[in-house]
Amino acid sequence: MRKLHETRLSRRAVLAAGVAGAGTLAMPSILRAQDRSLKVGVYGGYFKDSFDANIFPEFTKATGIAVESVAEPTGEAWLVQLQQAARAGQAPADLSMMSQTSTLKGQETELWTPLDPGKIRNFDDLLPQFVAKYPDGRVAGIGAVAWYITLVTNTDVYPEAPESWAALWDPANRDRLGLLALVSNSFLLEVTAKTFMGGTDALDTEEGQLAAFEKLAEVKPNVRLWYRDEAQFEQALKSGEIPMGQYYHDVTGLAAADGFPVRSTFPKEGGIQDSGNWVLSRASDKVEEAHIFVDFMSQPEIQGLMSRKVGTAPTLKRDKLDLTDEEFAAVSSEIEPIIPRYDLYTSKSDWLNQKWTEMIVG
Amino acid sequence: MRREPPRTLADYAPLAFPAIMLVVFFVIPFSTMIAVSFFRRQQGGFYTPDFVLDNYARFLSAFFGGVLGFSLMLAVMVAVICVSIGFPFTYLLTKASRRAQIVWLVCILSVLSLSEVIIGFAWSTLFSRTAGITNLLVAVGLMAEPRALLPGFGAVLTGMVYQALPYTILVLYPSLVRLDPTLLEAARTLGASPLRGFFNIIVPAQRNTIVATLIMVFVFALGCYLLPQILGRPQHWTLSVLITDQAIYQSNMPFAAAMAVFLVLISLALVGLTLLIGGTGRQHHDA
Repeated sequence: MRKLHETRLSRRAVLAAGVAGAGTLAMPSILRAQDRSLKVGVYGGYFKDSFDANIFPEFTKATGIAVESVAEPTGEAWLVQLQQAARAGQAPADLSMMSQTSTLKGQETELWTPLDPGKIRNFDDLLPQFVAKYPDGRVAGIGAVAWYITLVTNTDVYPEAPESWAALWDPANRDRLGLLALVSNSFLLEVTAKTFMGGTDALDTEEGQLAAFEKLAEVKPNVRLWYRDEAQFEQALKSGEIPMGQYYHDVTGLAAADGFPVRSTFPKEGGIQDSGNWVLSRASDKVEEAHIFVDFMSQPEIQGLMSRKVGTAPTLKRDKLDLTDEEFAAVSSEIEPIIPRYDLYTSKSDWLNQKWTEMIVG
Repeated sequence: MRREPPRTLADYAPLAFPAIMLVVFFVIPFSTMIAVSFFRRQQGGFYTPDFVLDNYARFLSAFFGGVLGFSLMLAVMVAVICVSIGFPFTYLLTKASRRAQIVWLVCILSVLSLSEVIIGFAWSTLFSRTAGITNLLVAVGLMAEPRALLPGFGAVLTGMVYQALPYTILVLYPSLVRLDPTLLEAARTLGASPLRGFFNIIVPAQRNTIVATLIMVFVFALGCYLLPQILGRPQHWTLSVLITDQAIYQSNMPFAAAMAVFLVLISLALVGLTLLIGGTGRQHHDA
């Protein structure tokens, strides 16, 4: 999904993974001594590499449960594989990192074993958007990783940071924007609804969705690039060729730290917060280990570790975390986020996709 | 030398390997694609085997018609431009010294080693305002200030011609290098100018090669899906871009397959039409 993350894999992470790998090879006896294990599906590429290097070894050290990480393919392929395997009583992974849309789709077939909040110590400190629930209130998944898409600008071209997503509509920005090319990854309908229509609830009805499309179409003359490939926009943003757009908050922060004239701004309407859940396949019999894992991952220290090492936004409330203000600002914000309407991308995805394509191509 | 027609089964044996390859790498995948194009899309799932026409019905709209028309027009333009540049170039190349020919061919072959991604990013840099070729024009005083030459139709066309030209030249070269030089000499002796000789003797003598090359470049350009994204605006996205969107990002395999089948059928029809028109005057064949 986030292709850039694969290329962003730092030399440090590779070295760390190498050291960790060499360590496991050197200590086979310890590995064999662990009789409890858990197979965990993680998005392949950057996420898997940094979890293998920084997070899973900590978990094994703390609990004695060995983790076998499985690289998940992108898109919905993993959901389909889990579904088909579960029908045969198999679980290619016990726990999986699953996008919000795929979590909802899995719920439709009761693919996820409900998790017991009583076994997760910090359950009450989780932010509400990181608890995925079945319609009857059972917990289907707990937030695993989260990240923000924000309003980014080139500081040479824009000495002042913009304050609102409305800057995308400003006629002064004609032919200056880079935006994500798909309805299901740009979340611009939600941005439009939050900025001009009072909130994402305005998208409840088809009239509301059409109104959002109409408002969003006004942005077209300002868009220079509708990108699928993240590297393409990042390069143009750094050089000032395309000086404004939407992009990943943490990656932009890293580029700024490297000295590029870029900045990421949380607009007053909020940044777009996308995320994935930990979900447990109903074919898995490692229910106890899975709860220990989710409990471990939802601790303030581990959330802090992930923010520092992996660059994800914490799933817990700000006051429970040990992050400094600077560390917190590098991955998140206390401005209320724009949370995508994932439900729409399960029930109306083809219709939305068709309208979207007609809007930007037509 | 007279060739014996194959009589026994063993005479056909050398055909077995290409036949198997054709079945494994073309017939089976293509049949799968046709089958999937009739499957039922499950929104929120994947697809279920079925026989429905919804996927084709969705394609039959003014919107997709427009995209298909643009894709075909773009591919035809790329083919015509490539052959117009490639044919005279290859002809002149065959007249050059052996050493010069080798150097040129090696350079052309090396372009083939570049992937579409690299070509796309290289041209997007060359056409950019901040680092592009217009900065050179400003430096020599031809332009007042640098400007971006992309995204736009011209950029897409340039990128695609650049990508297809080496293939064009490599397809034209074997045929042109074997062209009987006495043909042109005869024309010159009878008083034709070099230009007249080129257009009245060489081009007609190579008509079949030219038609075959046009078709090859056309088909090649039709499958291009990265360059229009990198160098163009959404209006310049080809049908291949939308197929990729459906297959990879929307997980809508049945619809993607239906669009792909449609694209193949239309291009086959166009190729057939070209052969029909181009083939009527066929009198000789290459030995």
